[in-house]
Amino acid sequence: MSEIPALEIASLNKRFGGLAATRNVSVRVMPGERRLLIGPNGAGKTTLFNQIAGDFLPDSGSIKLFGQDMTRLDTRHRVRMGLGRTYQILTLFPHDTLRHNVALALLGTEGGGWSFWSALKGRHDLMARADEALGQVGLAEVAGRPVSQTSYGERRRLELAMALAQKPKVLLLDEPLAGLSADERETVRLLLEQIPRDVTIVMIEHDMDVALAFADRITLLNFGEVVLEGTRAEVIADPRTREVYLGH
Amino acid sequence: MQFWIIQTLNSLAMGGLLFLLSAGFSLIFGLMRIPNLAHGGLFMLGAYVGATLLGQSLPFWLAAIVAGALVGALGVILEGTLLRRMAGNEQGQVLITLGISFIIADLCLLSWGGDPVPLAAPRGLRPPVFLAGFAFPGYRLAVLGFALAAALGLWMLLERTRLGAMIRAGVDDREMARSVGIRVSRLFSAVFFLGAFLAGLGGVIGGPILSAYPGLDADMLPLALVVVILGGVGSLPGALVGSFLVGIIYNFGTALFPDFAYVILFLPMVVMLVVKPTGLFGRAMR
Amino acid sequence: MTRFASMRGWALTLIALAMLPFILPSDYYLGIATHALVIAVLALSLDILIGQGGMSSLGHAAYLGVSAYAVAWTTRNAGWPAYAAIPFALALGTLTACVFGVLALRARGLGFLMITLALGQVMWGAAYRWVDLTGGDNGIRMQARPVLLGFDLNNATNFYIIVCAVLLTTLIAIYKLDHSALGACLRGTRDQPRRMRMLGHDVWKIRFVGFVSAGFWGAVAGVLYAYDYLYVGPSALSLPQSAEALLMVVLGGAGTLAGPVAGAIVITVIKTVVSSYVDRWYTLLGLTFIIVVSVMPKGLVPGIRSWMKGNRA
Repeated sequence: MSEIPALEIASLNKRFGGLAATRNVSVRVMPGERRLLIGPNGAGKTTLFNQIAGDFLPDSGSIKLFGQDMTRLDTRHRVRMGLGRTYQILTLFPHDTLRHNVALALLGTEGGGWSFWSALKGRHDLMARADEALGQVGLAEVAGRPVSQTSYGERRRLELAMALAQKPKVLLLDEPLAGLSADERETVRLLLEQIPRDVTIVMIEHDMDVALAFADRITLLNFGEVVLEGTRAEVIADPRTREVYLGH
Repeated sequence: MQFWIIQTLNSLAMGGLLFLLSAGFSLIFGLMRIPNLAHGGLFMLGAYVGATLLGQSLPFWLAAIVAGALVGALGVILEGTLLRRMAGNEQGQVLITLGISFIIADLCLLSWGGDPVPLAAPRGLRPPVFLAGFAFPGYRLAVLGFALAAALGLWMLLERTRLGAMIRAGVDDREMARSVGIRVSRLFSAVFFLGAFLAGLGGVIGGPILSAYPGLDADMLPLALVVVILGGVGSLPGALVGSFLVGIIYNFGTALFPDFAYVILFLPMVVMLVVKPTGLFGRAMR
Repeated sequence: MTRFASMRGWALTLIALAMLPFILPSDYYLGIATHALVIAVLALSLDILIGQGGMSSLGHAAYLGVSAYAVAWTTRNAGWPAYAAIPFALALGTLTACVFGVLALRARGLGFLMITLALGQVMWGAAYRWVDLTGGDNGIRMQARPVLLGFDLNNATNFYIIVCAVLLTTLIAIYKLDHSALGACLRGTRDQPRRMRMLGHDVWKIRFVGFVSAGFWGAVAGVLYAYDYLYVGPSALSLPQSAEALLMVVLGGAGTLAGPVAGAIVITVIKTVVSSYVDRWYTLLGLTFIIVVSVMPKGLVPGIRSWMKGNRA
């Protein structure tokens, strides 16, 4: 294991008042890996994502991206280092077009958001790349439509397009399939499969059919702690998995 | 030496007045998320009403209580009629309190004229008190004592009574308070009464020191804001400590650098915003 | 439809404004129109903060005041020509906005509002009490407006035209900002600050740049203000001045170009008419606040627009 992990979390702790949200969590995700985070509601999965993204700082422990420490960096610096994320609860800009949403994502990684005179719509290079990103998730035809006039499934795919447009090295996916119909789930599953292996993915997902097939390794969290980690077969076979989910 | 001692006492008396003003402001803000910009106006109205009551030869402390109660009643009416309908629209509520403050200021000018109206201190407190060879203005000592007593009373109210427990619960988490069955609307009325009462009372008690004049409201409101920024929103200890800090800085600032009193006041606020934007005792101001 | 209709609306408005000097019976009325358009620049600048950045400020008159004082002081006490006084005033006003921004942007929402109010009052206190510099309550008077490029601004019509030109420039600049990348980012930080961070944006810096550009246009309004009234006193940067600007934005409709201008015109007309009959402007201002917020929270321009849409449908 001489290779540097894409994402390395070491002994991470976070308390909110009396509640330990993250307890001594250590996770190593290797480059190109597909890692699934599972655990019951309140197990601390999204809290862990929030700390990786830098929404709030851990009390102790460290987070490294390709060996570079980013435990105390601002979110935007983490993004520049190659971190991307989609949200479980959709946080898009509803009155703007899909193209505009992706353009904001591109401006975020490239800088260049400081122009106060030339029209954003007139930035043809940017718009072309936004359209390209939308094309990758099959939304080319509705690129000019406001988000508020698209379906829920289309918005989920837009989330993905915005993250992918930033060409992240490590992508955090927070329940990318939540609330989708069977057809839409299949569409998104295919999209996820198509993401090249130079992107490392950490995913939270409750849809086990899709998620288990997708993941190389699985980490099970409960009460803010890592209960176990292993391959798909190992985790399914382990009695502790049943215990966590069935509450025995 | 005499200068420093007198100025220190003046500062503490001013701090006491500021506490009466800002304790209510801070509680209302903490509980209801309304920065009541009419609070300076309520203070001024208290001073004017107190002056009129004293003119009817009411005893000083009775005048103070009656003026405070009248101002408190006005506060409850304003909260119930104008502010409650706007629940959830924070910017709208701020603008309404601002509108109220303009109306109060203008009607005070109409009723009491443009010249300062002096309020006489209670007769027994007018002569200076001699302690260790220094002369202390008796009334300012009394103001300081009264403010400390009020702080203690408020603290008891918040910590020892059912109403206080409900207020504290509401400041901590309004939704939680609602879900455990606290009648939030009644609580709001109670807190608005308390805050407006203290402001009106403070206006009368401050009268012999500041007198009542047009612009008193605009002078006092920023002081209350600075107190709350220093001490933290919704915190009684924060309001007390912040008041004395502002009282000291403002008073010495006025005495030593009369041109810059307001600017000097601004320095501790700057420091606090840079070092700890939530204030000494507060949580995030959102 | 909307694009063409709104272009036509603007063109008609501009023609009407340009015709005013020939229609109005006297310089008195032209003076009122000038006052309204000067303060419209301030309202527009404040709407950069409110409409695009989602930050309501109650200290916005400070930039107008600082810049107006700078023009008056350098002209009156240092004998500077307008060519020097104006850039200096713009720089000083913008610098004030930088300082305010660094402090006020530590908080959001109501905290932001309170800090801007407190900072604005500090400036007011300084103007009122620092008599050696500002003349205190008496303020600073100037003798005459300058002659710029052979254009004598002491002529009411000439000055009115200059004010119209500046207002038009402000409108174009804000329209451009609205449609630019920065404008998009500013609205992004208003609606989804956390998401903007996760997209790699420097949210603080975006807000700061928005805040300072609003301050710059406020300072522009200050230069016009100083030459319009030829007098600057503490009321120029008082809380009622900031509050009036905020009311203009809310009354006209935040986040629209026409709203703040309409609000400025309506408030100025009310103020002038009322002041000529009774002395109770502040009561009326307060009542207007309460009525506007209770009855028309979205403002005149969006209200009229949706009413027109409803009629057409």
